[in-house]
Amino acid sequence: MAKLDPVQLRLLREVADLHEVPEGAYNIRANGEAAGRNSTANIEITSKTDVSGIDIKIKDGTKNESVHIPVVMSESGLKEMVYNDFYIGKDCDVVIVAGCGIDNCGSHDSEHDGIHRFFIGSNSKVKYVEKHYGSGDGTGKRILDPQTEVYMDEGSYMEMEMVQIKGVDSTRRTTIAALKDNAKLVVRERLMTHGEQTAESIYKVDLNGEGSSADVVSRSVARDQSFQKLDLCVNGNAACSGHTECDSIIMDKGRILAVPSLEANSVDAALVHEAAIGKIAGEQLIKLMTLGLTEAEAEEQIINGFLK
Amino acid sequence: MLKLQNISFTAPDGGKAAEIIRGIDLDIPSDKFIVITGPNGGGKSTLAKLIAGIEKPSGGKLFYEGEDITELGITERARKGIGFAFQQPVRFKGLTVLDLLRIAAGKKLTVSEACEYLSEVGLCAKDYINREVNASLSGGELKRIEIATVLARDVKLAVFDEPEAGIDLWSFNNLIRIFEKMRVTEKKRTVIVISHQERILNIADEIIVLSDGQVIDQGPRERVLPEIMGAKFTADICPKME
Repeated sequence: MAKLDPVQLRLLREVADLHEVPEGAYNIRANGEAAGRNSTANIEITSKTDVSGIDIKIKDGTKNESVHIPVVMSESGLKEMVYNDFYIGKDCDVVIVAGCGIDNCGSHDSEHDGIHRFFIGSNSKVKYVEKHYGSGDGTGKRILDPQTEVYMDEGSYMEMEMVQIKGVDSTRRTTIAALKDNAKLVVRERLMTHGEQTAESIYKVDLNGEGSSADVVSRSVARDQSFQKLDLCVNGNAACSGHTECDSIIMDKGRILAVPSLEANSVDAALVHEAAIGKIAGEQLIKLMTLGLTEAEAEEQIINGFLK
Repeated sequence: MLKLQNISFTAPDGGKAAEIIRGIDLDIPSDKFIVITGPNGGGKSTLAKLIAGIEKPSGGKLFYEGEDITELGITERARKGIGFAFQQPVRFKGLTVLDLLRIAAGKKLTVSEACEYLSEVGLCAKDYINREVNASLSGGELKRIEIATVLARDVKLAVFDEPEAGIDLWSFNNLIRIFEKMRVTEKKRTVIVISHQERILNIADEIIVLSDGQVIDQGPRERVLPEIMGAKFTADICPKME
């Protein structure tokens, strides 16, 4: 692996919990260049030839293996767009850890945009973890506009953990998914914005197969003057079940726009959505204060728990 | 332990000020199990909140272990050893029972230490320790977890606001057992319980009767309880309609 500077190593810890070179397959990208790669017997990573990005091919029947593909950027003014495609065979059980960390100490905007496409074979199980993080005291913005596309074959299962807690000035996260028979998608999104940050999170899930299901839950906190738009849409095109939930805490002068939508195109589609936006309940603060916390400490505990 | 001196509390009521607590003087002795009772609307819960610092008195002074705590807030009072259990326990999305017990203890309790507190309140610890303190828990379960937080906090003065509210008979029986145990084994803690329940009144060392914002009696259970159960206070507590 190429030598990473201390800032890049810190970003790597934040976005992928990596303290050293991971076991298994990995591809680490630092400041727009490959910083390390490893394929295994079952997971092959190759560079694309036409555009910037990689193909990750996971053989049928691969179980209990992981792929890490973090991106770190510590150079102010860098802008990049990558295309990463995951081809997951049949009957697999794998964990994929992505994520991007940007440290911007300069005056130019830094931006990483990525399009991840997942083609999940029948009866495969995938856990996908994507964490976004920003740091640095420069005036340049830290911008992340990821797009995730998921195409799920019969009987496959995908669990997505999408986290953005700190430091990203502007993001537009788009996730689309199409599910065949008996495929199941579970999404858990955690989002916090502060300062003048803006975040837009869009989900569009097409439940096309009989017995397919989706459970998309977004929990978010908007602090200071930040703005969030949460747009969760599930389309039921067969005998399927879908649930979406936007649950948000609003603080200070934050603003949140939640736009949940359901579309049933089959009489056997069962779709539910829930949406709630509100400030921290006074009684929650008081309860924790009776346990000896200050109001500020109580607030942090409540938010940390909410976003855990 | 706790002394209330001419404490009053008024709250806005349709453009006027309603006097909820009217110049109460009280002496709460140390290491006793005290039950405050009286009719609804008499000011019991307000009094409990005034002790915990959740409400500020309109007049008068509170002394705790000889120190004037009238101007202290909720956090400062909690840090001095005053605990408060809510009538309606608060729910938290994301915070687990273990998180809450650790916050209460003010240290990183081990799982087995936390489980001991849950066992004390009659909950099978392994079933609850990692559950969120949210709407998936029943009223009785929440109530017992609420009490466990007070136990974990190891307070010198514990105030329970109508612990019997909103729980079923089975949970209530458990609650009585917890209080009986506290009374027998916890001699280093003063417990104040706001309650209407005869079975809780029956385990009190001392009973305080509060009506219309005033203390109308205070004394040992052996004297006060028979009077409550008889007719003596009926006329005072339930004034006749004119």
